[in-house]
Amino acid sequence: MGIEIRADGLVMTYGDVRAVDGVTFSVAPGEFFGLLGPNGAGKTTTLEMIEGLRQPMAGTVRVGEHEPWKREPELQRRMGVQLQSSSFFERLTAREQLDTFGALYGVAAGRTDEMLEQVGLVDKAGVRTEDLSGGQKQRLSIACALIHDPEIVFLDEPTAALDPQARRNLWDVLRQINESGRTVILTTHHMDEAEALCDRVAIMDSGRILVLDTPAALVRGLDAPVRISLAPGTLSLDAAREIAGDDPIDDTESSLTITTRDPSRILTALAGRDALAGLSVKGASLEDVFLELTGREYRA
Amino acid sequence: MTAFRALARAMLKGFFRDRMAFFFAVIFPLMFLVLFGGIFTNQGVSKAEIIQVGPVAVLDDIPKEAAAYFKDSLEITTSSDEKDALEQVRKGDADAMITQRGDQLVVRYSRADQVKAATVQGTFQAIVQSANIAATGQPPRFSLTTDQVEDDSLESIQYYTPGLMGWAIASGATFGAATNLVVWRKNGLLRRLRLAPIPTRSVVLARVAVSIAIALVQATIFLGVGIALFGLRLTGSWPMIIPLLVCGTLAFMAIGLLAGAVAKSEEAAVGISNFVVLPMAFLSGSFFPLDGAPGYVTAISKVLPLKHLNDGMLDTMVRGEGPSSALVPMAVLLGFAVVVTAIASRLFRWGD
Ligand SMILES: Nc1ncnc2c1ncn2[C@@H]1O[C@H](COP(=O)(O)OP(=O)(O)OP(=O)(O)O)[C@@H](O)[C@H]1O
Ligand SMILES: [Mg+2]
Repeated sequence: MGIEIRADGLVMTYGDVRAVDGVTFSVAPGEFFGLLGPNGAGKTTTLEMIEGLRQPMAGTVRVGEHEPWKREPELQRRMGVQLQSSSFFERLTAREQLDTFGALYGVAAGRTDEMLEQVGLVDKAGVRTEDLSGGQKQRLSIACALIHDPEIVFLDEPTAALDPQARRNLWDVLRQINESGRTVILTTHHMDEAEALCDRVAIMDSGRILVLDTPAALVRGLDAPVRISLAPGTLSLDAAREIAGDDPIDDTESSLTITTRDPSRILTALAGRDALAGLSVKGASLEDVFLELTGREYRA
Repeated sequence: MTAFRALARAMLKGFFRDRMAFFFAVIFPLMFLVLFGGIFTNQGVSKAEIIQVGPVAVLDDIPKEAAAYFKDSLEITTSSDEKDALEQVRKGDADAMITQRGDQLVVRYSRADQVKAATVQGTFQAIVQSANIAATGQPPRFSLTTDQVEDDSLESIQYYTPGLMGWAIASGATFGAATNLVVWRKNGLLRRLRLAPIPTRSVVLARVAVSIAIALVQATIFLGVGIALFGLRLTGSWPMIIPLLVCGTLAFMAIGLLAGAVAKSEEAAVGISNFVVLPMAFLSGSFFPLDGAPGYVTAISKVLPLKHLNDGMLDTMVRGEGPSSALVPMAVLLGFAVVVTAIASRLFRWGD
């Protein structure tokens, strides 16, 4: 098992819009890969070229030896796709949707129960998809993508409409899938999700990949200061100044915070004074990397 | 094969669970059949009401066989007040007044109802003629026999069932294909199916099979109601309507696919289908015969697939013609299907 994905110089334009503008990356077999980027960055379009829904206008994409846009059934059987919008047959129940998709992939009927179980929809099996909640639809859509036990799974914003529990449950499902050796490629707007799940992430904007690395390396690369906070009253402001030296201090009613690039020195000093009540240490996160790279302003 | 079956099952379930679609494909046309059947079956041509004033020899001495014949078309009451009778005719309460002055038979009628006016005139002409012949004492030399050309009589239900059935099948197939295409394109299912390891033709064939199955269900219900409630009688080669329906369904599906390819939304698809199917049904004689229609209407109807389906069904299921009479309509329908499908496939898009 294991197919490599290689995208090289992918380009896709819609009229004047260069939706994808020279994207190059590869995903190793068994890797968990994340595509991040603001709305309209070109994530969905990039995925569509790899899934085989669109032929790149320039560049090449290979999944194993196959070019996906040729839609060869051997390859299609090995890929599972959840599109950004849930697409179901009208007026069928959750169970019937899974049975139908299963039949399209030549899967035995028993898989339906397994999948319902896996995405927590057993008691919704007889409900028509029109009557499912947004999050339930999304879970069903993911189950439909996994019904034939694919080697590569594409998920376009799989957790967009999920409540926190469902999100964590889905993370578990995706981890299991990935741990059994399958490749997972997902797009998401949740940075915590990418940090928690992905081996590597690519951050895109305006059709280009800005950075591509492991989440930890990206955060480290940002070289952002760490925020160390204490409960108010744990440390006098003078004592804090003495410890912090040149590092900025922010004393508010709810906490006292030192922002530093040398957390070990500060933490050692605090421990020496036994002043650790209400301690919290916040490093930079992927979200900071994302905002740093793509800016904070809204855009179309 | 499993893909074909799974898709066909999904589409069929989707159709039968859609109450609106089922209503418009089956119940709505059936309402027309019941309505038309009710209006035209129980209503003979109503009799002309005649008021006879004073003694009228030709009516009083009428031979028995003739009396029976006249009784079918005339209802005669007597009165002694000529002025009052005339007033009744004028007001439309009676259709004519008749009285005899010497050897003159005087008929006063109103032109308000032209058909009855003609009936009254014709009937009394005939009465006077036969009275004249009787007066000569000679036996009549010529006699008249009338008989309709249809095997029995093409009663109205015999005409309306094929026409309304054609309309029902045309709307079912057109709307089904159009909305199916638009909904699946808009919700992304077409793209999703494109990624499944199935050939495109299994999706198309599933839709064709489902449309044909729906058409056969419609036909069964129509014929069942026609036969059970309105005394519809099928003639010899009626099973030919099955291949006719298959060809017709392909032609109307093609129209639906074209509408679905052009339409941006489900509402637009329904609108376009309506815009095509309803005028087509009128111009194809689904609701009333086109015999008296002007030449250009007949000319337009010749290019409409429903006209050919209706003709084929009329010929085989009620006019008693042989199976071969269905061949030309079938060929026309298939040709239409091929041409329109080719156009639709040029405009086809997998997604928005
Ligand atoms: N079918 C289309 N026709 C025209 N323009 C399109 C089409 N699909 C996408 N675009 C444009 O291409 C650009 C990239 O779109 P894409 O859907 O790939 O972004 P995305 O990163 O997936 O965004 P989101 O996070 O909102 O899902 C956008 O500017 C979008 O408006
Ligand atoms: Mg997207």
